Amino acid sequence: MITTSQLGLDIQKIRARFPILNQKVNGQDLVYLDNAASNQKPIEVIQAIDTYYKTINSNVHRGVHHLSQVATDAYELSREKVRKHLNAAHTHEVIFTRGTTESINLVASGLGKGLVKEGDEIVITAMEHHSNIVPWQMLCEQTGAKLRVIPMNSKGELELEEAKQILNEKTKLLSFCHVSNALGTINPAKELIQMAHAVGAWVMVDGAQATPHLTVDVQALDADFYAFSSHKIYGPTGIGILYGKEELLNLLPPYQGGGEMIKSVSFEKTTYAELPHKFEAGTPSIAEGVALGSAIDFMNELGMDNIAAHENALLGYAHQELKKFANIRFVGEAKNKASVVSFLLGDHHPFDVGMILDKLGIAVRTGHHCTQPIMAQFEIPGTVRASFSVYNTFDEVDKLIAGLKKVEQMLG
Amino acid sequence: MTIADRQNEIVEEFEMFEDWIGRYEYLIELGKTLPLIDEKYKTEDNLIKGCQSQVWLHADTQNNKVIFTADSDAILTKGLIALMIRVLSDESPDKIASADMGFVDKIGLKEHLSPTRANGLLSMIKQMKYYAIALQSR
Ligand SMILES: Cc1ncc(COP(=O)(O)O)c(C=O)c1O
Repeated sequence: MITTSQLGLDIQKIRARFPILNQKVNGQDLVYLDNAASNQKPIEVIQAIDTYYKTINSNVHRGVHHLSQVATDAYELSREKVRKHLNAAHTHEVIFTRGTTESINLVASGLGKGLVKEGDEIVITAMEHHSNIVPWQMLCEQTGAKLRVIPMNSKGELELEEAKQILNEKTKLLSFCHVSNALGTINPAKELIQMAHAVGAWVMVDGAQATPHLTVDVQALDADFYAFSSHKIYGPTGIGILYGKEELLNLLPPYQGGGEMIKSVSFEKTTYAELPHKFEAGTPSIAEGVALGSAIDFMNELGMDNIAAHENALLGYAHQELKKFANIRFVGEAKNKASVVSFLLGDHHPFDVGMILDKLGIAVRTGHHCTQPIMAQFEIPGTVRASFSVYNTFDEVDKLIAGLKKVEQMLG
Repeated sequence: MTIADRQNEIVEEFEMFEDWIGRYEYLIELGKTLPLIDEKYKTEDNLIKGCQSQVWLHADTQNNKVIFTADSDAILTKGLIALMIRVLSDESPDKIASADMGFVDKIGLKEHLSPTRANGLLSMIKQMKYYAIALQSR
């Protein structure tokens, strides 16, 4: 059994920081391989929430009293940590949201308030999560703009030549996933952003699956908007981020109205607060925001490169072992992949495979992964998806393989 | 045999198995005995919503009894629906509509009853009862 990755991360020590991993499921050691859906939280993140409520809980940005100020400082410190993590130019370019879905909806809804018109085009790709499809469809329905889709090849890679044809001077915005949740494909983000900028379009990047695995530098990418969810990067649920360039965020009208997002309110006219508060109506998820900072600290303590190296090693090993099944079919064989492996085993329905693996204590995702158009393109009902985080081990890959052998034996 | 008798019979059968492997293997076997739906009834209307696998269900009446046929693309789901059909098929609509299906808990397949399990056993049972009620009111 290999427990230490080549780069010296001591995986057993890291695992020990994740209390949830130390449990039995159906009498078997839990093997958690559904990390792309949501990954587990280290003790530091769990304690951050606990400490928040035990010591500094109060509302942010409003009170002159001590607790409110300490809570505000802690919450704002997290914003700064996110800024640094994404290498954004300004802290006020970091907007707290509920997650990727809300971040995308915030931008789509803002564009719908006069910035996108009939005849404009919104471009997405064939490999988007439903949350990066539906808000744009709604925007198009509302404004009369047209939704266009960059196709992908059978390996799950975008057709960049076609992208060049699809992006044109009518394109208002390109929105694409940095990494595909169903296929694992790492898209050439910088190239796509340059292509869109060349025709004068804005670009939104869905970074939900990239932020757990890659170093993201929004300035180097030159992304206009970048969204991700805390719960996929070892942080709590209920909080996420929208990064936006200052000038674009200033251009975008507010998302929701309420407290916090105003400068002054009278019945005749309300003026809005400055960034980032303009987009943060109401009391936010404060404890979660604070704990997101701890999650980012956790990743940076290990090092994004070390995390990626370990996960890539797991991915390579999983591929190598899965290939030994004569009837394996990989869905998503891009050259450049993050630690997500989607596959089908013979004719077996993903649901059957997932149910049996569950009985063996192995958590995988089965189904369409909120990407029905991808499944339609590959003409499959869904896939079995294993996805790795830094605490996963080679031994767990072996358990997955053994589980799949059991599946074959039972399903025939 | 009444619905309750058939349920007891199934509970006894499942008692033979010591662990989930036996139960699942039996379910897979049962899946192969499922009275298959006529291809022409495999329509969108007959598709049960809320299942991760596709389940088609059709109901007919013969001598005032409801006869169910079905199919699924997942074998465990086929086994589950075969069990449900064995319990409910060939009964009068009112008995089906009022049947207590709590026996599923007793055969160690409780995990399939959770509403969050996307396999939709609950949706299947609900749909079978809907069909019965619809036929009853005709
Ligand atoms: C690529 C991608 N985009 C968007 C989302 C939506 O994220 P959330 O549900 O956290 O808003 C997910 C989550 O599954 C995802 O994988």
